[in-house]
Amino acid sequence: MASFTAHSTKAQASLASSQQAKLVSARPQRSTVRCNASLPVSLDSRQLNQAVNRCIRVSRHVATRSSRGQRCAVVAMAGAKYDYDLVIIGCGVGGHGAALHAVEQGMKVAVIEGHDIGGTCVNRGCVPSKALLAASGRIRDMKNEMHMKSMGIQVGSVSFDRAGVAAHATQLASAIQGNLKRSLEALGVDILIGQAKFVDNHTIKYGLPGRVDVGGQVTAKDVIIATGSVPFVPPGIPIDGKTVFTSDHALKLEWLPNWVAIIGSGYIGLEFSDVYTALGCEVTFIEAMDKIMPGFDTEIARMAERLLIKGRPIDYHTGVIATKVTPGVPGVKPVEIELTDFKTKKVVDTLEVDACMVATGRAPYTNGLNLGSIGVETDRRGFVPVSEKMEVLGSDGKVVPNVYCIGDANGKYMLAHAASAQGISAVENMLGRPNVLNHLSIPAACFTHPEVSFVGVTQEKAEEMAKEQGFPLGVAKTSFKANSKALAEKEGEGMAKMLYRKDTGEILGVHIIGLHAADLIHEASNAIATKQTVQDIKFAVHAHPTLSEVLDELIKSAHVTPPSSSSNSSAAKAGAKQPVAA
Amino acid sequence: MASSMLLNKSAGVSLGAARQGRSLRQAKPTSTTTAAVKDVFMPALSSTMTEGKIVSWLKQPGDKVSKGEPIVVVESDKADMDVEAFAEGILGSIVVNEGERANVGAAIAFIAETEADLDEAKKKAGSNGAAAAPAPAPAAPAPAAAAPPPPPPAAAHAPAAPAPAAPAPPAPAAAPRADGRIVATPYAKQLAKDLRVDLATVAGSGPNGRITASDVERTAKGGAAPAAAPAPAAAAPAAASAAAPAPPAPAKAAAGTTVSELRGTTKPFTTLQAAVARNMNESLKVPEFRVSMSIETDKFDALYKRLKPHGVTMTALLAKAVGAALASHPVMFASCTPDGNGITYNERINVALAVAMPDGGLITPVLKDADKVDIYQLSRNWADLVKRARGKQLQPDEYNSGTFTISNLGMFGVDTFDAILPPGTAAIMAVGGSKPTVVATADGLIGVRKVMQINITADHRIVYGADAAEFLQTLKAVIESPDQLLL
Repeated sequence: MASFTAHSTKAQASLASSQQAKLVSARPQRSTVRCNASLPVSLDSRQLNQAVNRCIRVSRHVATRSSRGQRCAVVAMAGAKYDYDLVIIGCGVGGHGAALHAVEQGMKVAVIEGHDIGGTCVNRGCVPSKALLAASGRIRDMKNEMHMKSMGIQVGSVSFDRAGVAAHATQLASAIQGNLKRSLEALGVDILIGQAKFVDNHTIKYGLPGRVDVGGQVTAKDVIIATGSVPFVPPGIPIDGKTVFTSDHALKLEWLPNWVAIIGSGYIGLEFSDVYTALGCEVTFIEAMDKIMPGFDTEIARMAERLLIKGRPIDYHTGVIATKVTPGVPGVKPVEIELTDFKTKKVVDTLEVDACMVATGRAPYTNGLNLGSIGVETDRRGFVPVSEKMEVLGSDGKVVPNVYCIGDANGKYMLAHAASAQGISAVENMLGRPNVLNHLSIPAACFTHPEVSFVGVTQEKAEEMAKEQGFPLGVAKTSFKANSKALAEKEGEGMAKMLYRKDTGEILGVHIIGLHAADLIHEASNAIATKQTVQDIKFAVHAHPTLSEVLDELIKSAHVTPPSSSSNSSAAKAGAKQPVAA
Repeated sequence: MASSMLLNKSAGVSLGAARQGRSLRQAKPTSTTTAAVKDVFMPALSSTMTEGKIVSWLKQPGDKVSKGEPIVVVESDKADMDVEAFAEGILGSIVVNEGERANVGAAIAFIAETEADLDEAKKKAGSNGAAAAPAPAPAAPAPAAAAPPPPPPAAAHAPAAPAPAAPAPPAPAAAPRADGRIVATPYAKQLAKDLRVDLATVAGSGPNGRITASDVERTAKGGAAPAAAPAPAAAAPAAASAAAPAPPAPAKAAAGTTVSELRGTTKPFTTLQAAVARNMNESLKVPEFRVSMSIETDKFDALYKRLKPHGVTMTALLAKAVGAALASHPVMFASCTPDGNGITYNERINVALAVAMPDGGLITPVLKDADKVDIYQLSRNWADLVKRARGKQLQPDEYNSGTFTISNLGMFGVDTFDAILPPGTAAIMAVGGSKPTVVATADGLIGVRKVMQINITADHRIVYGADAAEFLQTLKAVIESPDQLLL
């Protein structure tokens, strides 16, 4: 610090050394820092980095503090012993969410990012894939002459430019990445570049391989591991990035194979089948489970199959795994995929397709964190074991103090918004406010056309619970066909289903497939998160005509009969009105 | 409740039943019912349903069924539903099998009241199937009887070859996979099911003999010959023996078509036109260049006049001249390897000549060994080829074995034009008309000579400018001193 102030202006010297001093506006100070950072100074790079970072950070803290009064106490404390209150390893959606909440709570925060700010979701996942889905969805719409005609629209020939669609996805990713980065900078979060390594549970070393100008070592009171995941590729599948690839490559949409085999029929596979078929490709799913879309509620999966698979140039093989994949040459040699029965382990078929996309899930990216130094071992698949408070558990099963792990790296619920929620929960816990995230309140969505979304448990699971715990299960269903807005859009396909306890009105799960299902699920997930019952939300008003009335109708068609009031007759009455699956 | 919107009251569906148990009871059958045998028809499960697919039969022929008992699961555009029997009896026969589709209202099975009526139910199934065959495609699945005779796969493709791209016809199309497997894309499989095409009868045109949706459509169209579509039917020379009168039909049709009839209409390509289009698109992958030269033909014409009484044609003479010139320029009748990594030098000089067909097609009969065969024999060969080409009786070898192509529009008075290189060959020669031209002669005088324009289009991957120029030089020498052609 001292060596830095020797090269800096007076204003800065005072700024840097006086964290408690209530300084005026932060803006002019920040700009001076920038000027200084670019000066040729005789510091070594690490020192310079740290000094500059600290200087920026201090100036911002002063700025934030001026509006947020008393939080300086925490900052001051951290300043005494550690560089930061919190260091977050990994700046994906999870790390970002945690950082935002930590700053909000007055903490001094740094994130360490070894690859791209924004992580998988922003750069290679949800965000760019939404761009592809948006473009291909419109193409599908406009190519559906019958649908257009039914609304009195005549469409000429519809064509698209592959490169243009791909560029839309890239641009979106870089725009969101920029937004994310700026939002952190604006809050005064330091962004350190490099791959992180634990020295101990308060000290992190970071750097980039082959670079001496980046990196350093920081200390923090608390550390969050938010390193995310990478596509999981089963053994025996060589990825060449051209004819055999993962979602990482597919998002670039470098070419459109006439026939793509997609290994795995989960969200990623389904969304890509939606994109590919809209753009004129044919798709074959390879699913190891006995049924396609194994993660879905059975009834929803059946409808999804009708809406998203049948009637499209898609077929599938279930109960088989791709044991051997031989890459081809685009347009010259097809990709060969050897299919082996999942149970008998016998080779049953060989596919010859133009490309093979591997969408078999994601594997945690936890290598190289040097977790051994804090006495932590990942599980067989590489996930970091955590408590329900997101505290990292050591090999002895005990909580490792001050280290948390969120997001895909802990494998609890591999979704971007789940990571963010876990991050907020972790910050709450480090501030001494015990918080346990209810994962059953986290919604999930698949952005196909139409969309599929759900929160909570499936009907199969709910039936099991009802049997075990001995409560009456209610199943309410509505159709999009009865919704005026859906009909106006000529998108009446779809249904919503709610699983609830008939005795208490507790909502156990809600599943939606239909137009904008991903946006509709939040009424249900918020109700579950805030522990509202069916009775509580029944009186909520929904604007007419909107798609939200699908949920309105769903909730209103649910009937709760508290056991206190002559349970026999009323239960029978409700049973007659409502299809009950328990 | 919402489900009430799902269903339409009409079309013989009992609404209440659907609502409670997701099963449907058919209303009383309206027509085609005799006392003893009743038909089970495809119900309308929703207002938008026009056809349904049988998911599974819950009863098999011979099983007893009682009123209200679910007998079949039907998948509509909305849901899978159980359909109940409306009558008591024995399931006599199933007309629409599992996985097949039928239009709403079409009979899908017959129920006999008693065992005595079983035979009649079966008979009915047979006749109904046959009768329903001409109905809109997916309806009435006539067992066996209505199954379209699978056209021989070769027949569908043979005519595809006579494109200007003779040496490189869509050959892989006709070639079945060596390992005998059937590889079909997902959409091709769906289409095959819907159009009732047996994939084993479809020749795949995709990579490694893969069957694509368009292959299935083509086969389906070919199979539906009796209905309409004269074009593909006629374009099957291989089937000529079976359908001898067929070939003239399209010719007549073409001739009878007046310009005004064509105005404002769009016609799908015939197989032949599609093959030409495909080859033309294919040719865009080849980096072509052109070299042209003027050649005096006075002596050549004089020779032709002299030989004409002996049955020698101008075309054959030209082919002979080209053959003679090619002999010293092997690269001009070579071909670039399909992977673009080498030159295949051909053994024989086979000169293909583009010939317009009366019905608008284009074919390229080949004069084989144009360098070796003498001019008289060459002329006889040519006459034979042309005659058989008009009758669509050429063997594939006779139109796709060319190693150099000539396209001659001289007889139309064309001065000069530019030909597209047939894929798989090194060069094509476009021949313009020969006409008297004022020229400065070598001895410094102004004279009138008959001159024709020759324009060579060549594949620059293997033929360079100098190669083409040297060949033209040789050809010019041959044509301008043609007597050597008689040797």
